[in-house]
Amino acid sequence: MPDALTLTWRQYRLERRMFWRNPSAAFFNFVLPLLFLCGGGVILEGNQHDLNLLVPAIAGMSVMSTTFTALAYNIVFLRERGVLKRIRGAPLPTSSYFGGVAANAVTNTALQIAIIVLAGRVFFGIGWPAHWDELIVFVLVGVVCFAALGVSFAHVIPNFESTAAYVNAVFLPVVFVSFFVFENKSAPTFLRNIAEALPLKPLIDGLYGAMVTGKGLSHNLDALAVIGLWGVLGLYFAVRGFSWEQSRI
Amino acid sequence: MRDDWAVNETAPAIEVHALTKRYGEYEAVRGIDITVRRGEVFGLLGPNGAGKTTTVEILEGYRQRSGGEVSVLGFDPARRSIELRRRIGIVLQSGGIYSHVTPRELLRHWAGFYPHPRSVEEVLKLAGLEDRADVRSRKLSGGQLRRLDFALALVGDPELMFLDEPTTGFDPAARHAAWETVRSLRDLGKTILLTTHYLDEAQELADRVAIVKDGRVLAIGPPRELGVGGSHYRVAYRDRHGELVEQQTDDPTRLLHELTAEALARGERVEELSVGRPTLEDVYLELTADA
Repeated sequence: MPDALTLTWRQYRLERRMFWRNPSAAFFNFVLPLLFLCGGGVILEGNQHDLNLLVPAIAGMSVMSTTFTALAYNIVFLRERGVLKRIRGAPLPTSSYFGGVAANAVTNTALQIAIIVLAGRVFFGIGWPAHWDELIVFVLVGVVCFAALGVSFAHVIPNFESTAAYVNAVFLPVVFVSFFVFENKSAPTFLRNIAEALPLKPLIDGLYGAMVTGKGLSHNLDALAVIGLWGVLGLYFAVRGFSWEQSRI
Repeated sequence: MRDDWAVNETAPAIEVHALTKRYGEYEAVRGIDITVRRGEVFGLLGPNGAGKTTTVEILEGYRQRSGGEVSVLGFDPARRSIELRRRIGIVLQSGGIYSHVTPRELLRHWAGFYPHPRSVEEVLKLAGLEDRADVRSRKLSGGQLRRLDFALALVGDPELMFLDEPTTGFDPAARHAAWETVRSLRDLGKTILLTTHYLDEAQELADRVAIVKDGRVLAIGPPRELGVGGSHYRVAYRDRHGELVEQQTDDPTRLLHELTAEALARGERVEELSVGRPTLEDVYLELTADA
């Protein structure tokens, strides 16, 4: 009898296979943040202060794109196509299905962060992260938070055609305000307050501490709390509002 | 989790009593009673919006009923136990599938959900997908995707299969192929609950049919016996003014005797005389006609 853990593993393997076979998913998840990193690196070449900011900022953005964006797209697509409904009718435990999907997102994030850390060491003069534990904690909490928010957000998106509009309406402003405020003394207070209350800026702060400044976990606990709070909120709405079927309205 | 009589092989596969389903003010199902025996092909026949799909989706565990009692293989489907889902196969009206995976990979994955799956090769063959087994599913035609639906529902070797409008949108050849598949499933001993709005499909496939309209069962029985009893013989002939007459009667013997006696007395013949039992189509049209 296949147990839930075996089924989770099989679902994960299927998700991995599908991810690599879908060129557009692979592109948006992997290539795009790396292009930003390269582009930023070229523009900021020789300016170590700004490069120190660029690397954790892109790392934070990658966490968001590999979880929030990717899951919102995926869930809306599978819901509209009726795949979720079929899965719901099959004897696959819900925990195994979502376990496989989540593990897939975690793998993408981990690969992405590994590439960015490596690039930081090799091309951007940042060196290895000072605090691996802090890096891992922030990435993990960030993944849980943004993955849950992505699943929650999928409830709001009415159909697949409008997914790009909905996702970017959230993703781009959040990325913009968080990048703008990050280590920017001249940013207006109200923008700073908004950014601090959203989960991306605290995530970037934590990654900055872990990868660049060497400020340990204990200095960034409030940032971790903000991300955690969004995560709890996200998990609540992800489970509560989850719809396996496209509504016919 | 498991009800005691789930193991009773002689108990009906499905029992539905006084089932109701409301969506807000709208009553989609208004008191349906059906019993599906093990090993039979049972058809739910009715026009679009009759409540067929709602009923089937309650039995499959997709929807919660508003009232009534339901038992599927001895389980209450509303509890969505995984044990029940291992024993049923579902062919949805519009179930999509992952685009970047092949039928063989999908069937292998699906087979892994079940304790005693059928062999993937055998299922591919049964569904007529051997030639397309290693093509990514987004390259399959509509008919091939439908066959993949069958295959996915079948790979767990379920006792009971739900087929919701299995041939809607098929061309005639594909329909006949699908009918052959359903017959082969019945020959394997499966119980099948089929919904359709095609009369010929119900007549071809179902051992028994329930005609459903506006959320109620209007008639139930084997397709060839439905409507027998009551004034359900049609006697047609050309009368002596040359007009074509059709009469309905529950006593054709008497009517025929009178007709032929009159004609003989006049020394004439009864032209174009025919006695017909109603077809399923007649019953269906009569029952589902808007009063």
